[in-house]
Amino acid sequence: MNDMTLTERNVDTKDIKIAASNVQVHYGETHAIKDVNVSIEDKTVTAFIGPSGCGKSTFLRCLNRMNDTIQTCSIKGKILLDGEDIYDKRVDVVQLRAKVGMVFQKPNPFPKSIYDNVAYGPKIHGLARGKSELDEIVEKALRRAAIWEEVKDRLNAPGTGLSGGQQQRLCIARAVATEPEVLLMDEPCSALDPIATAQVEELIDELRQRFSVVIVTHSMQQAARVSQKTAFFHLGSLVEFGETGQIFTNPNDPRTESYITGRIG
Amino acid sequence: MKTSLDRHSGGSLLLQSTRTKRRNAAETRFKLYGIAAIAISLLMLMVLLTTIISKGLGAYQQTFITLQVELLEKKLDKKGNRNLTDIKKVSTFGYAPLIKASITDTVEELGVVTGLKAKQMAGILSKGAAAQLRDYVIANPGRIGDTVQFRFLASSRVDGYLKGRVSRSSIENDKNITPEQLDLVDSLIDAGLIEKTFNIDFIVGADASDQRPEAAGMGVSILGSLSMVLVVLALALPIGVGASIYLEEFAPKNWVTDVIEVNISNLAAVPSIVFGILGLAVFINYMHLPMSAPLVGGLVLTLMTLPTIIISTRAALSAVPPSIRDAALGVGASPMQTVFHHVLPLAAPGILTGTIIGLAQALGETAPLLLIGMVGFVASNAPDSIASGLLSPNSAMPAQIYEWAKRADPAFYERAWGGIILLLLFLVSMNLVAVILRRRFERRW
Repeated sequence: MNDMTLTERNVDTKDIKIAASNVQVHYGETHAIKDVNVSIEDKTVTAFIGPSGCGKSTFLRCLNRMNDTIQTCSIKGKILLDGEDIYDKRVDVVQLRAKVGMVFQKPNPFPKSIYDNVAYGPKIHGLARGKSELDEIVEKALRRAAIWEEVKDRLNAPGTGLSGGQQQRLCIARAVATEPEVLLMDEPCSALDPIATAQVEELIDELRQRFSVVIVTHSMQQAARVSQKTAFFHLGSLVEFGETGQIFTNPNDPRTESYITGRIG
Repeated sequence: MKTSLDRHSGGSLLLQSTRTKRRNAAETRFKLYGIAAIAISLLMLMVLLTTIISKGLGAYQQTFITLQVELLEKKLDKKGNRNLTDIKKVSTFGYAPLIKASITDTVEELGVVTGLKAKQMAGILSKGAAAQLRDYVIANPGRIGDTVQFRFLASSRVDGYLKGRVSRSSIENDKNITPEQLDLVDSLIDAGLIEKTFNIDFIVGADASDQRPEAAGMGVSILGSLSMVLVVLALALPIGVGASIYLEEFAPKNWVTDVIEVNISNLAAVPSIVFGILGLAVFINYMHLPMSAPLVGGLVLTLMTLPTIIISTRAALSAVPPSIRDAALGVGASPMQTVFHHVLPLAAPGILTGTIIGLAQALGETAPLLLIGMVGFVASNAPDSIASGLLSPNSAMPAQIYEWAKRADPAFYERAWGGIILLLLFLVSMNLVAVILRRRFERRW
């Protein structure tokens, strides 16, 4: 994809997958997220950009309730996934996380074999009825993550023995193996070299065919390359949210302009 | 006038400035301190080990006297019907004349001239010789009437004479042995009837009375220690690991858990004798569990070991990188699945090491055992001594060593050192197992 063609990129209006309204997050005394409203569309890549500490990762982790593990963290407001409030008392986080998968900043494969890394999610969710079905799921996930050809001969080798880029793609395979509907990616390329980054970005574009992808990134070029929608966060607030082409070429808010031109952040 | 910038400029790199010289000297001095500290501790270790080994090795050898004993029918089975109940009526007292006769005959055969009476000659044997004879006859009543060769334990003085602990000058005031008896011993050594050999009974045998240090062994107390360690393992490992997992992975972080945490750390520093008196008050006086039982000892040691296990398990759990937990939670594992599928296997080497070190600590602990009476005198060998299991009186290795060390006879003192060698062997092998397990299961991530 070329940055120059951003404005001509065609964005269809799609169903809203995740609707967040008036989200407030507090870490103890710190007010980390201030009144964020955002709608994430289905089969779209949405990028969250902003300077360090602006709350974009925190907000991302709200979307599959990963912040639940942090005790001092309290969340107010509503986040609807397909119209259902994910912070409803009746919601089981395990089921939520099966629907909303996540890829982390640092590649974090389990210290197990490549096969077991990918098979773990389907196993605990009971997605496969037998060994052959599980094999199929693993192969499909690894193919989708564009790593199958590299690892098909050593599925029993430890996942931690792969290179950084391969590890991250393995983590993506692990996340897509459970057939999530939304894939959250928290700076997935920050630990990767340019070649591995290009591979992962290509992958993200393919994943868009089936999933709604939300990606947090520090690299504005990356956001411009992979996303259709971009949200700019600053100091815990959502400053601007819109089509990627418009945000990068014709931002409404002066703060957005300052950030993308490198004056703040 | 020189400014601070000037101090760095102008000097040659080949010459050390005074400041650099001072710094380098300090560094050299510090290295020397470290080397000295290590040298001192190595020296201490060497002194310790040589003392233990030189004093304790003697216990693994014992002096035996070989004698031919005629099992006279008129003494042992007057009715001649080989009825066991009748044979058992003859006490060890009845066997003493056989031994006396045997040693008198032997001395005569060898042509040794001695002014000793038969009873004095028999005095070079262990006081348990008659019992050994009686046990043999009861086990083999058919041999009554035959002449059988026996290897009797020599008395502890004779044993000490062969080991160099006892000499003619050291026994001047000793009523247990006379120089004439030592002369007899010398002749018997020349005849090859007295010899010093490796004594397996010290490792597998039971304790013996004050009169027979030569017969005392560690076997029963080893079993007592092992059964206590089993109790500790069965209780402390699941409780400790369970508590740590809950505290580390599930418990909310608030003042209650803070208080618990501080208390656990403090418990690890509580003197073991406190746990001993607690065990005495709770397990024995209140719950009426039997005294001297390995079960009670195990319970007390469990209390003592729990903090060690909890602290090391928590350290091992918190050393597992949070990214692994994120990864598992991220694919939709429940908190329990996260812990049992991913965190616990990664923490296992640390937990195992901590547990084994805790067990080794428990194995070497003496003070609490003294308070709950884990110094039972068990004179019967295994398996009789462990037949009634965890509730019957028993001893433990360190308690046994303590018992021997405080008895008067120097022969027991030697056995105490010997026991320490055994105890150290156990501890070293446990620590070795811990190291091997850690090496084997250690995984990188």
